[in-house]
Amino acid sequence: MNEHLLSIVLFTPLAGLLVLLFLPASNKNLIRLWANFSAIAGFLVSLPLVFRFDKSNGGFQYLERFDWIPTLGVKYAVGIDGISLLLVMLTTLTGVIAIFSSWKSIDEHVKEYYAMFLLQQTGMIGVFISLDFFLFYVFWEVVLVPMYFIIGVWGGPRKLYAAIKFFLYTLTGSVLMLLGILTLYFQHFTQRGFYTFEISELMKLNMPLHIEQWVFWAFFIGFAIKVPMFPFHTWLPDAHVEAPTAGSVILASVLLKMGTYGFIRFSLPLVPKASIEPWIVQVLAGLSIIGIIYGALVSLMQKDWKKLVAYSSVSHLGFCTLGIFSLNPNGIAGSVIQQINHGISTGMLFLIVGVVYERRHTREIKEYGGLAHVMPLYSIVFAFAMLSSAGMPLLNGFIGEFTILQGAFEANRAWAAFAVTGVVLGAAYLLWLYQRTMLGQVTNAKNLRLPDLSLREFLVFVPFIAWAIWIGVYPKPYFDVLEKPVAQLVERVRPGYFDRKPLADARGSVTATEPRPSGSGHSTEVAR
Amino acid sequence: MNFLELIWLIPLFPLFGAATMLLVGRKLDPQAASEVAVAPGVEPAAAGSGHEHGHGGGAKFLISLFCPGMVLLSFLLSAAAVFQLSSLPEKTHQVIQFTWLAGQPFHMAGGGMATFAADWGFLLDPLSSVMILVVTGIGFLIHVYSIGYMAHDGGYYRFFGYLNLFVFFMLMLVLANNYALLFVGWEGVGLCSYLLIGFYFHKKSAGDAGKKAFIVNRIGDAGFLMGMLLMLATVGSVRFVDVNQALTSGRFHPEIAGFGVLSAMALLLFIGATGKSAQVPLYVWLPDAMEGPTPVSALIHAATMVTAGVYMVARSNALFALTPETSLIVAVVGAFTAILAASIALVQNDIKRVLAYSTVSQLGFMFMAAGVGAYWVAIFHLFTHAFFKALLFLGSGSVIHAMSGEQDMRGMGGLKDKIPVTFRTMFIGSVAIAGIPGLAGFFSKDEILWQVFSSPLGSKSVYVVGIVTAAMTAFYMWRLMFMTFYGASRADARTQAHVHESPKTMTVPLMTLAAGSVLAGWIGVPKLWSVFPEGFRTFEHWLEPVFEASAARAVAHGVAHHDTSIEWLLMGLSVAIAVAGILTARHLYLIRPGLPDAIRKASGPLYDTLLNKWYVDELYDFLFVNGLSKGGGALLSRFDASVVDGGVNGAGWMTRFTSRVSIWWDTWIIDGGIRLASFLVKCSSYPVRIFQTGYVQSYALVFVAGVAGFLLYFGMR
Repeated sequence: MNEHLLSIVLFTPLAGLLVLLFLPASNKNLIRLWANFSAIAGFLVSLPLVFRFDKSNGGFQYLERFDWIPTLGVKYAVGIDGISLLLVMLTTLTGVIAIFSSWKSIDEHVKEYYAMFLLQQTGMIGVFISLDFFLFYVFWEVVLVPMYFIIGVWGGPRKLYAAIKFFLYTLTGSVLMLLGILTLYFQHFTQRGFYTFEISELMKLNMPLHIEQWVFWAFFIGFAIKVPMFPFHTWLPDAHVEAPTAGSVILASVLLKMGTYGFIRFSLPLVPKASIEPWIVQVLAGLSIIGIIYGALVSLMQKDWKKLVAYSSVSHLGFCTLGIFSLNPNGIAGSVIQQINHGISTGMLFLIVGVVYERRHTREIKEYGGLAHVMPLYSIVFAFAMLSSAGMPLLNGFIGEFTILQGAFEANRAWAAFAVTGVVLGAAYLLWLYQRTMLGQVTNAKNLRLPDLSLREFLVFVPFIAWAIWIGVYPKPYFDVLEKPVAQLVERVRPGYFDRKPLADARGSVTATEPRPSGSGHSTEVAR
Repeated sequence: MNFLELIWLIPLFPLFGAATMLLVGRKLDPQAASEVAVAPGVEPAAAGSGHEHGHGGGAKFLISLFCPGMVLLSFLLSAAAVFQLSSLPEKTHQVIQFTWLAGQPFHMAGGGMATFAADWGFLLDPLSSVMILVVTGIGFLIHVYSIGYMAHDGGYYRFFGYLNLFVFFMLMLVLANNYALLFVGWEGVGLCSYLLIGFYFHKKSAGDAGKKAFIVNRIGDAGFLMGMLLMLATVGSVRFVDVNQALTSGRFHPEIAGFGVLSAMALLLFIGATGKSAQVPLYVWLPDAMEGPTPVSALIHAATMVTAGVYMVARSNALFALTPETSLIVAVVGAFTAILAASIALVQNDIKRVLAYSTVSQLGFMFMAAGVGAYWVAIFHLFTHAFFKALLFLGSGSVIHAMSGEQDMRGMGGLKDKIPVTFRTMFIGSVAIAGIPGLAGFFSKDEILWQVFSSPLGSKSVYVVGIVTAAMTAFYMWRLMFMTFYGASRADARTQAHVHESPKTMTVPLMTLAAGSVLAGWIGVPKLWSVFPEGFRTFEHWLEPVFEASAARAVAHGVAHHDTSIEWLLMGLSVAIAVAGILTARHLYLIRPGLPDAIRKASGPLYDTLLNKWYVDELYDFLFVNGLSKGGGALLSRFDASVVDGGVNGAGWMTRFTSRVSIWWDTWIIDGGIRLASFLVKCSSYPVRIFQTGYVQSYALVFVAGVAGFLLYFGMR
């Protein structure tokens, strides 16, 4: 079972898609049922990945590896570590939510719509589990196609512009990335005499710094566009605004994480010398910080509800990249957790917009106001999503932000000082949005009879709400899963990081003065 | 039963109450859903909008028992735990349940390595025990009061749900055993404050005030976060016990001259405190917070939440003791805030605003005490202030209730005999805050002034500011009393007819708090009053273990010796100045009511400046809200659309343009050349081609003509 688990997870959506193609297009409810069933099956088969995961093992698990195109040295090699595990779980769960949330909102080309989503699921899972660069690239490109159609067919008024912009923009990035991959591929042949795309083999390369730098920048373009980092972000607001709700949810929750994942999985370990080159790190951190503040300030002044949320993604993803380029355990672990958090909270925020968009077919903020009176449950769920996104302690966002800030502070105190303004501005644009849409009096007669969340709509939020509380109150399992792979990564980039000794004198004396727990089961000393 | 091991339960009771209310409360109290506030000009919804008052009375009764009951349970458990704590030899007990924030190892600033971690753990020591008793005790009274006060408001369940949630977060704040978990409560109370200020969310001003409170607090919180990070980098832990241990271990030297890492740490934490405890420059949110229901003002914006900053500074006393410069900043900021807020309170006409500025000012007093190293006095004033300020707020709520919602004191007057319980209890509160001997406020405030004067860290100029503020305090409080309760009524007839004393649920808490306002001070009697045995000074001794570290530093600093005669003199001065303040208020607002108007006219712009709160709000709006944030945001939005996206669209345009050029080039140059070549070939081949018609007849004709030509040629020869 274990040896093919990942392939099962990978191909379950595709199998669902195959069956879907044979269903009669006229029976929309059957198609919906089947698509939901496939997505749920996709999530359920991914659950054993969690239960059987060995967190004490820092390497890749559930490995599968066999030749695919032997003449080119291409392998079908998949496996996951703690970092990919979290992202795979995010993908399978978000897939369920996105597909479930579309039940009523999509009524045209239903079959094609769900086909695209299922195809996309396989593509995204593939990106997160590939250990062969060629395979990775294939999945990376596969993801592009369904999203292009989702925006271009089921999108809003400017859907064609947005879809083409999205497609060309990201394609440009991937082509440059391909150049980087090929550089590694041929370098490997020159140095070691055989062709391979396997990450584990490519990591054995020893390249001069200037080549590493070229590869780094080639990767950078590809990943930075996907994240998106400032100044490559402008495809994002358009794509988000025009995409249907479920498309936005997938785009924000999962697709963007392909970029940050790329940095963690490929840039840092494959070109470590370039990744710690001080000026490169400065540039990357600088762009991240600009993204944090810039995204927040631009969010503040948006008139379009969905665009506001889209720009907030730029700000949040800035935290994620800042964490990565802090190049220390807390920065990177915080970044991965924040990627999950952003998936949860921004996913919820897009679903929130989707609910009223379905009712009113407008996203203009000034069309709303006082909705808390007519849609009380909705206003509570929105408040929850807002707090989760704004980094309220005991919800998910705080854990990620605080950990990233710690990492950034360790790397460079000024970075943390700048980034922390993003925390303040984050509260500002979200609260202002909430006030303008939910509070005050009902100013528009059209909003007076809006129905509150239906049970189905509420159920869409439940998994995210539960997840947000879990991460906020008990994040330890996440840190545990990340500890080993992150430590390995840091060790790879900064050899000797963990050689420092703890301050023994201070710590020793501290434990000595701690009050003894008086025998009750509630007191447990924390292992440090 | 070992209650000390159960302290983790104390916050959970109100959390349970809050969760119950917010999950099922709407079903219990359906009245809330029916009240849709609609802007003028918008047609109200026809269906389901009838007012259903009186509906759900039974459910309301349940809520009224349940939510205050949860707080009462917390109070009883707290009292039991504190009682057990008092018999422990070292008077501190820590319960660590699990590792909440379980981060990764990191490099500390000075070499060495530590782990980024924070417990889900609770610490009961003398300091936190004072805080939990205040929070649950006064919190319970205010819950009871709210039963009466909120009886006619929609969203009863929501109100109690938020209030219980607040108590939960406040208890987390004061019981946490580390800074990160303290921050959970810190942010959480901010959230509840936001929710409760904006409770009447159909009013735009309420929404604005809530948002302002949250964001201004967030600015402080950013400082707090940075302080915590610096602490982690320097000390390697955020657990109070560890931090205190490290700071007193001798590893860190006091930063007497110069501004080092400890000073930065303390200052960053203090920035957090200025946000939460409404000090300059972040005090602006608190007066606006009065948009919330009055019990909220009493509980959150007077007795508990706003004192969190004082608590945190006192909690960090070991740190502040090592940084005299930051301590001086704390004292100066406190003094400046105290006098600034008091000056504004002199002229405000809204009864709650006067009390709000008074709170800001009193918090300033607490920071003055903390700044000069008299931490126990700061906590003592926090303790007594909780009683009399909660009393004054609740009393003002009772007044507002009686006046059918009127808050402007210019429309009040003469309420003395109409609402006697409210009057008498508020009278006690006002005497207490003015600093008349025998009541709670005197003991704590006088001790602050004495400490500011006599402490080696104190200064005479801060003392002068303090004594002037004390005079202002007595004046504005009694101005409030005279305008509200004395003289003739200035209300219209309808309001006057409606004036009534509040129900028992409201007056009993008032009376309890009044008793507290008299008695609370008697556990901190001045040393000067040597006729009283040490038992009357329990408060200081109870807190001694917490402030050992800072006390040790103060001793090292050298204790200035002062003659008792000076102390008697200063005490006399502060009493005299309080009496003078009261008499001035009496003279101006009771005996010669025309005089204030004359003074206002005479003073001109000064009065307006005070009335407009020194125009600080306008300045902040101009600089930070509209300038930096909105202005910057608008500018960057334009930049984004034109420059960044312009670049992208420009690239797209360039692509299309080059493709057009290519098409042209393709059509006319490349293809044109080929076509030209073929045309030339065609032309040049034309003469040849005209013969190649493909018709046999033509060929035959040419053939015949050729043959004929041959024949003719040879024939001619």
